[in-house]
Amino acid sequence: MNTLAEYFHMGGYAMFVWPAYALALLGLSGILTLSLRSWKAREQEFSGLKAARDSQSENTP
Amino acid sequence: MHKFANPTFFMKIANAVFPYAAGLSALCFAVGIPIALVFSPPDYQQSETVRIMYVHVPAAWMGSMVYGVMAVSSAVYLIWRHTIAHIIARASAPIGAMFTGLCLVTGMLWGQPMWGTFWVWDARLTSMLILFFLYLGYIALGDSFEDQERGDKAAALLALVGSVNLPIIHFSVEWWNTLHQPAIRSFAGFSINAAMLWPLLLMVFAFQTYYVAVLIIRLRSELLSAKIRTARFNLAAAE
Repeated sequence: MNTLAEYFHMGGYAMFVWPAYALALLGLSGILTLSLRSWKAREQEFSGLKAARDSQSENTP
Repeated sequence: MHKFANPTFFMKIANAVFPYAAGLSALCFAVGIPIALVFSPPDYQQSETVRIMYVHVPAAWMGSMVYGVMAVSSAVYLIWRHTIAHIIARASAPIGAMFTGLCLVTGMLWGQPMWGTFWVWDARLTSMLILFFLYLGYIALGDSFEDQERGDKAAALLALVGSVNLPIIHFSVEWWNTLHQPAIRSFAGFSINAAMLWPLLLMVFAFQTYYVAVLIIRLRSELLSAKIRTARFNLAAAE
């Protein structure tokens, strides 16, 4: 297991290498999550509006 | 050419591209990250910190590239009034800001062990910080007008004017004496060992396809919000 610990030690630069990758993961997944969330929310809002429009046109012959 | 300006036609192409962009991106990350973190060699001067390069350099290139996309589509919007061009720029801005921010923070994490400081006000770092503020300014400006179209035009103009920063970023390491290392890409080819170049290019391609995939999701969202506005207006008019 010594070699694995050595690997994570990154030649003494662990505190710089790992945060860089963690931040990359955070940034990339963050923008994806936000984009997907707003898309889904708008899709829901739009289908709600469509349903309202359909019920409106039913009421007015 | 102008038939691409039709949003329905444009989204048909974008939706067809989406699975390829998303799939290629996932594949390149799945192959690229293990190579970058495990199998690529440490640098003879920078030792293991060179692994930061595999996220820092793609993030930096994407920061500039996405801004280039924004500037070109803003020009198209201002000249031909194609709304889809503006929507592309608008949807790109948060992604580009994220890439530029990532470039800045990973650069700091690389600068501290190699230069002995997180930050220096040298030409490359300063011009990159300006790029980050241009993105933030663009996002803020687009939303700060009562009249949507005026906001769109002001933001597009800012994107165009700000594009003078792109050549400054690129040539900053040549024009000024900077602490930042010179470009690894030049007309003469790449000044980097193949064992590091291939994983780097793989990560760059992963970032590029990731941008395309996220951009398409954001485009769908932007077009939906336009549809929502029209539907709301029609509903109110019918009442």
